[in-house]
Amino acid sequence: MNKTESLREAYGEKIREIGQRNRDVVVMDADLSSSTKTAIFGKEFPERFFNMGISEQSMITAAAGLALSGKKVFASTFAVFLTRTYEQLRQSVCYNNLDVKLVVTHAGLTVGEDGATHQIVEDVGIMSGLPNMKVIVPVDSIETRSVLDFLVEKTKTPYYVRLTREKFPVLNQPDYMYKPGKSVTFKDGSDITIFGMGVMVSYALDAAKELKNRGIDARVVNMSSIKPVDRYEIVKAARETGRIVTVEEHSIFNGLGSRVAEVTSEEYPVPVFRVGMQDTFGKSGKSWELFDYFHIGVNDIVRTSEQCFREEKRYENIS
Amino acid sequence: MEQQNIAELKKIARIIRKHVIEMVYEAKSGHPGGSLSITDILTVLYFREMNIDPADPNNPERDRLIMSKGHASPGLYATLAVKGFFPEDLLTGFRKINSKLEGHVHRGIPGVEASTGSLGQGLGIGVGMCLAGRLDNRDYKVFVILGDGEIEEGNIWESLMAGNKYRLSNLIAILDRNEIQLDGFTRDIMPMPDLSERFRSFGWNVLEIDGHNYEEIISSIETAKKHKDGPTIIIANTVKGKGVSYMEHNPKYHGAPPASQEEYERAIADLSGDLQ
Ligand SMILES: Cc1ncc(C[n+]2csc(CCOP(=O)(O)OP(=O)(O)O)c2C)c(N)n1
Repeated sequence: MNKTESLREAYGEKIREIGQRNRDVVVMDADLSSSTKTAIFGKEFPERFFNMGISEQSMITAAAGLALSGKKVFASTFAVFLTRTYEQLRQSVCYNNLDVKLVVTHAGLTVGEDGATHQIVEDVGIMSGLPNMKVIVPVDSIETRSVLDFLVEKTKTPYYVRLTREKFPVLNQPDYMYKPGKSVTFKDGSDITIFGMGVMVSYALDAAKELKNRGIDARVVNMSSIKPVDRYEIVKAARETGRIVTVEEHSIFNGLGSRVAEVTSEEYPVPVFRVGMQDTFGKSGKSWELFDYFHIGVNDIVRTSEQCFREEKRYENIS
Repeated sequence: MEQQNIAELKKIARIIRKHVIEMVYEAKSGHPGGSLSITDILTVLYFREMNIDPADPNNPERDRLIMSKGHASPGLYATLAVKGFFPEDLLTGFRKINSKLEGHVHRGIPGVEASTGSLGQGLGIGVGMCLAGRLDNRDYKVFVILGDGEIEEGNIWESLMAGNKYRLSNLIAILDRNEIQLDGFTRDIMPMPDLSERFRSFGWNVLEIDGHNYEEIISSIETAKKHKDGPTIIIANTVKGKGVSYMEHNPKYHGAPPASQEEYERAIADLSGDLQ
């Protein structure tokens, strides 16, 4: 069992550290800084930290103003509440193509007990649709830190970074460095490829162990870059394993599964089976119980992978 | 007579508050602070002022209540259960996977009029309900409970404008002015001086009360109901965490249950002493 670490705490600590070396970095929040962990930055740099109150739209338009005036802006809230600023993001941030980083927390089912209202599983699709916006879903605390270094040092355009409430297993080595648009293969395999997003990568690795017992050699790939997506690796997987399963703590619409299927259908059509939320809202419960409840747990990945491998049920409902 | 009624209401509020504590302690999560601050007002509304019948929860003439600050679900759920909309023993299922009692206010539960949990949206829902009531020639009242952090949302001020434009006398907003939001004290996070002036300038009838004083709660709601010239907002000055000594005025208990068995017992003990 890998040790687990909080991605949002990694964010809070890292952005504080970045703040020490980069004076242009400003951080904004909308009355959730104790949860998103931007309060860690706010405590050290109160003059460069703006708590805008429960006013997400005001936060995003002010972020645009700060960026238009030369600042490097990190704006945070829960993923679900950022979506009410969709149009402000579209017009003021993305159309102006500004240096605004949306680092959101509490995305997906793993917000747990807070329930359906908070468990956004549409955000990756919403954000991916915006021109100029790029989308990253770090798999663990190490990748979170590396993504932040990359964003500060190498980019000047809008990014959406999806973080979570729960602690997630640490899968990367400490010296791991994020490379934009590149996936990372955690386990090689020749029979089928499982592309995972976020915490589902560690579930996919567990599923791969069980699949091995069943005679299926699964490749497991971390697709932290959703936009741009690693087309090369997707086509390679299609060629080499001929079968693909995607797993995400997100709707099967417009998330990882859709991205992968777009690429395969254009470049190298193979069966792509998607494990994810089936066009439904979530519900209250413990995070890990919810994975089984909504059929995105390890057993569901194993079952879907077997089906995909044997290509039964190809035209039936998968869930 | 009136004093006796108020004593009865206070007893009911005690029961509701204990439920709130039990629910969040059992769930190991949830929002006690803003549930306890609004309990006395919910008690007066559901047990005295609102025209509702748990046996007939869909009656088109019923009064409606929107809990716009949907994280105060323990307070609303407990009130509805004690009122008889559903059995009180279901309350301990709060936030659990096999229960309907979602973490934030959920419309699938008897007595709940609208799902909420993303702040700033309930007042607009209330506006729509009042507009529909007018079209249908119905005279029901719509009560909307707002948080004082919540009103930092622009959506609230847009709905205030609409309430004024359509002179919605059936719309009664109640502001739970407990002066604490999530990250801390409202005065630090987003100062809003002269609140009553602001609402008045938006065309609303404004009343201001002590939100734990039953005479004031009752008389303000009755005044608001009689007001026939546009919408009313009642600014209720309250104490976040009211009734549990260590939770009162303490931002920590916005979204955290009693931290230990000892804290839990202290909360129940606080809610079991003599009623003043
Ligand atoms: C749109 C939106 N942004 C942020 C949140 C997160 N949040 C939940 S409660 C809360 C503070 C609410 O404060 P207040 O309205 O004063 O409620 P009360 O103190 O009465 O509990 C925040 C920021 C939310 N639920 N909705």
